[in-house]
Amino acid sequence: MLTWIAGFIVLVVKLVAILFFLLMAAAYLVWVERKFLARLQLRYGPNRAGKFGLLQPLADVVKMLTKEDVVPDGADRVIFRLAPAVVAGTAFLMFAVVPLGRDLTLFGRSVPLVVTDLNVGLLFAFAMSSLGVYGIALGGWASNSKYALLGSIRGAAQMISYELSLGLSIVPIVMLAGSFSMVDIVNAQKGLPFIFVQPLAFVIFVISAMAETKRIPFDLPEAENELNAGYHTEYSGMRFGLFFLGEYVTMMVFGGLVAVLFLGGWRGPWLPPFVWLVIKILLVAVFMIWVRGTLPRVRWDQLMTIGWKALLPLALLNVIVTGALGLIMSP
Amino acid sequence: MGDVWEAVKAVGTGFATTFMHLFRKPITEQYPEYKRMMPVRARARIILTRDPDGGERCVACSLCSAVCPVSCISMEAGEREEDGRRYARWFRINFARCIYCGLCEEACPTSAIQLTPEYEFAKRDILDFVYEKEDLLVDHQGKDPEYNYYRHAGIVTGVGGKGEHIGESEPVNIRSNLP
Repeated sequence: MLTWIAGFIVLVVKLVAILFFLLMAAAYLVWVERKFLARLQLRYGPNRAGKFGLLQPLADVVKMLTKEDVVPDGADRVIFRLAPAVVAGTAFLMFAVVPLGRDLTLFGRSVPLVVTDLNVGLLFAFAMSSLGVYGIALGGWASNSKYALLGSIRGAAQMISYELSLGLSIVPIVMLAGSFSMVDIVNAQKGLPFIFVQPLAFVIFVISAMAETKRIPFDLPEAENELNAGYHTEYSGMRFGLFFLGEYVTMMVFGGLVAVLFLGGWRGPWLPPFVWLVIKILLVAVFMIWVRGTLPRVRWDQLMTIGWKALLPLALLNVIVTGALGLIMSP
Repeated sequence: MGDVWEAVKAVGTGFATTFMHLFRKPITEQYPEYKRMMPVRARARIILTRDPDGGERCVACSLCSAVCPVSCISMEAGEREEDGRRYARWFRINFARCIYCGLCEEACPTSAIQLTPEYEFAKRDILDFVYEKEDLLVDHQGKDPEYNYYRHAGIVTGVGGKGEHIGESEPVNIRSNLP
């Protein structure tokens, strides 16, 4: 019983810590994005609220929370209100399987620094990422607006297409690590991070991840100059904020997945493991922002062409080659 | 294969360009700290100017009020007892309605009403935008330093009598028939 209570307390502490970390990280990722993007475009970015605009995320949160929550006439009220929670919730849940560091030892008991070390952790993350599509599809449909509906149709088609190459690109990683568990995958990269073993898989994964997170150049579901704001056109206040939060948490999560799958997770010399993980996530995020500052949005048919005609065959080829090499080189 | 190489080169150039931007100074003008010098003829806050000799230029002809597309100017004409010069008893501009089009300035025959480059003109209360004559009248000539309407107009005032105005010939002597 005592063990059960101790385990429960540890779990709650981990959940609270990770939720707080994710919320703060998402808020300040917005700051990093605005600042960095501004410098790429020869602007200053937010610099009024606090030193270097550091209080801007807090001001934004206050603004979001105090704005009116409008539900348009003719919207499906229940689904309209539920959809942002689906997006944000699935994004948070994905982070549950990302290992944050080496096992801690507390009172002679080892505590793994991950919310839950599922043996199908990777599948769980992708399942949650697929469920996030529901938030977008339902939110756009329930808005009763043509822009929102077009955005959500695009979002659903895009995310389902890129889910395939995303999933296939990590099959070689699973083959090499011999496990679906994130903890095992990090442990398998003790010697060499998988980016050096599987560079093609890394490229496919990063491109697909950018499409999954609906970021420029794959931001067709939002496409401000075609669809106003796409699937969240009709949302305001904190419900819009939840979509926004979900998007940035997803960005963090995919940064975390790239770090765990290809960059060796929390492994690294000199610095503490958690710091290494944060640095790696930040590197991926900064790269995504740099891409946003550089590339224009692809056209709809180009998006489908890249996904189905380039990334998917390459990912399949990569699986076959890795499997064949593994078969030849195994004793 | 050439196409692929072209595409890679194009994307690479784009990334290089944005990367180089990181090391350049932003071109943003930080507004409240740095205020750009506006051109002399920029159209913002309206003033009523004076003659070089200090008299009011406005003769209350109501042309500005008539031409104003948003009807934000209103006035009442009066005549001075001592020399018969017309002036505005009261003159009111509702800046909450003004669109700063400058038509009043173009219509004004005496260069009295002029637009200035003073654009920092925001207020908390909309009623504070109603400017009376004493708020509008200034002690200078604005963009037209030399002009004095009464030096040109052929009426007798303190500035000049019959035949003393610019470009005006002596009055015809009706008692003589010499050309």
